[in-house]
Amino acid sequence: MKQDIILCGVGGQGILSIATVIGWAALDQNLYLKQAEVHGMSQRGGDVQSNLRISSEPIHSDLIPLGGCDMIVSLEPMEALRYLPYLKQDGWIITSTTPFVNIPNYPEIEKINAELDKVKNVIKLDVEAIAKEVQSPRSANMVLLGATASVLNILEPDKLVEGITNVFGRKGQAIVDTNIAAFRAGYEHGCNQR
Amino acid sequence: MNKKTLLLGDEALALGAIHAGLTGVYAYPGTPSTEITEFIQQHPLARERDIHSTWSANEKTAMEAAIGASYAGKRALVCMKHVGMNVCADAFVNSAMTGANGGLVVTACDDPSMHSSQNEQDSRFYAEFAMMPCFEPSSQQEAYRMIGQAYDFSEKYHIPVLMRMTTRMAHSRAVVETGDVRDENQLHFPENPRQWVLLPANAKVRNVQLIKDYAEFEAQSETMGNNKYIDGADKSMGIIACGIAYNYLMENCPYGCPFPVLKISQYPLPKAMIRRMAAECKSILVMEEGQPLVEMRLKGVLDTPVEIKGRLDGSLPRTGELTPDCVRAALGMAPLPQGEASQVTVPRPPALCQGCGHRDFYTALNNVVKPIESTRVFSDIGCYTLGWLAPYHAFHTCVEMGASVTMAVGAANSGVHPSVAVIGDSTFTHSGMTGLLDAVNSKANVTICISDNLTTGMTGGQDSACTGKLENICMGLGVEPEHVRVIIPLPKNYEEMERVIREEINYKGVSVIIARRECIQTAKRHAAQMKKDSTIPNLKSPQRQ
Repeated sequence: MKQDIILCGVGGQGILSIATVIGWAALDQNLYLKQAEVHGMSQRGGDVQSNLRISSEPIHSDLIPLGGCDMIVSLEPMEALRYLPYLKQDGWIITSTTPFVNIPNYPEIEKINAELDKVKNVIKLDVEAIAKEVQSPRSANMVLLGATASVLNILEPDKLVEGITNVFGRKGQAIVDTNIAAFRAGYEHGCNQR
Repeated sequence: MNKKTLLLGDEALALGAIHAGLTGVYAYPGTPSTEITEFIQQHPLARERDIHSTWSANEKTAMEAAIGASYAGKRALVCMKHVGMNVCADAFVNSAMTGANGGLVVTACDDPSMHSSQNEQDSRFYAEFAMMPCFEPSSQQEAYRMIGQAYDFSEKYHIPVLMRMTTRMAHSRAVVETGDVRDENQLHFPENPRQWVLLPANAKVRNVQLIKDYAEFEAQSETMGNNKYIDGADKSMGIIACGIAYNYLMENCPYGCPFPVLKISQYPLPKAMIRRMAAECKSILVMEEGQPLVEMRLKGVLDTPVEIKGRLDGSLPRTGELTPDCVRAALGMAPLPQGEASQVTVPRPPALCQGCGHRDFYTALNNVVKPIESTRVFSDIGCYTLGWLAPYHAFHTCVEMGASVTMAVGAANSGVHPSVAVIGDSTFTHSGMTGLLDAVNSKANVTICISDNLTTGMTGGQDSACTGKLENICMGLGVEPEHVRVIIPLPKNYEEMERVIREEINYKGVSVIIARRECIQTAKRHAAQMKKDSTIPNLKSPQRQ
């Protein structure tokens, strides 16, 4: 079994902590993993993506081929659309609905939503609002990870919770708890939209 | 002792070096190589062993310090991005002439597609040029394993080894199984001391020996196991896949490649293996990341009996990094079904952070110099290069590390006024100081602006070599103290900043304006650290021990 994920957003939004949790769980489950990241100039507020590949068999390429991506997981709605040519015909988009506007020509949100709705399998969530609802305002990315867990077959949600516990453990139990609360809320929203 | 860890290619290489008995890493930050040194700086065993890992002023000082460590019998590592090879080229090429005593490995991380760089140069050319072996791992696991092998090779054949990586592997994580830990070398001096004194009489002898040794390096490329000939039934084509190109090939051949494949991870090229492929196959497709070095070597000038395909004949794109998709097309396979690109998305280029001091400096500079049509502003490499974009459009050139100062001098010599340089603090100590000395000695009419954010910003906030020393360095180089001016780039100071800039442009001679305010990214990190330290007084962060 293999799942290829493009994680994306804007430099500084924190897509890499999502990748770190998935990576921990994959390693714990003895799965193969490759995760190509973007460092350097693009991190300064530009578009960023990470190609995350998880498999029970050895993985060769660090990059996902065009048309080979199982899910696009995005912290920003326009960024989710940037990688459409990579998405499999029956692939999923799981995205935050909150635009990050740091460019003057950011398109109208209605147009973005219309384009997202054309995709067969989409989960759209206001990750920030959901995070606030469960008193975890700084864990919006874990809400997105929770929603991703609702369609991610290769890793059980419990394993991702263990991942959160381990990745955030050194920051203290309170931080672990708020991140798990955010994850669970996202998971529930994901299941409802599936 | 074997343990599985999730590591970036950079980190796998760094850990491999520590486990191979490293005594010192010497480097200047540069994408995509920075994480090698950072990993060593934070690794517990490296701390326990007190492995040297302080940043060097530039790649040349790094390379030279590592040659010194090798002379002393220790294992040393030099790391840089590809363009750093140009800075250290003198030391690098001559290190093949001195040879190595303790193992000496130079890691160059190339950046095809220029994700964070100004060119696409391929470091393998440097190895060939210097007659040095070059290792090019194709995976994170190989990076971990091959650096240990590179140290053994370096000591066995008394030659530095170039490790070449590219962005995609340097910055991709994978599971790496680690091995045993070797002790550091004892201090010991070279057996042949004459070789380390490159007087012509000694160097001539060494040059002949190096050419002889190179034949042995070629023999090792055939037998060491890093280059593999994997036979295939379909001889209509043979494939040479260098470094990570092998991964893209196998991605497209999940059930095995029907063609014979030569996987290359060690240079000089294994000539016998290539001759076998040429004898058995009708054509050869060369897949290599970066520039078409192997393809050019195979093609030469005259026609070959075997058709050679690759980046030069258009089978693969001439520029940019390889992808699974372009390799798929070169294999003649149809693309996977894919959706159409969205028509709604617009580019989102990187930009200076909100609240960054470079922004305020550029605003003030623009207010003074933009109305003067004859102004030319020469800038440099760093975050502040983003000031070329809207809304600032603040300068006219950016070439390479340090060129702002010297280009401003050359332009001033040629009659340009105002001739202004904009350079960051770390870039200034990397390669700007000598240019400033030229400016002083030639009494050039230039205004050198050092936008000092007290860090090496673009690569993520590493220490800057001149923090706390900048004014003294400028005055020590001969700039008159009254023309070393310091301003604080904040919106409330625009009036004063503009007055200072105007005064120094009007001064006929060398002036230095230091615009100093801490990078907001490192300032945030320092504030968080201080808060943590004050609330949990007993919990010491490991980074601060």
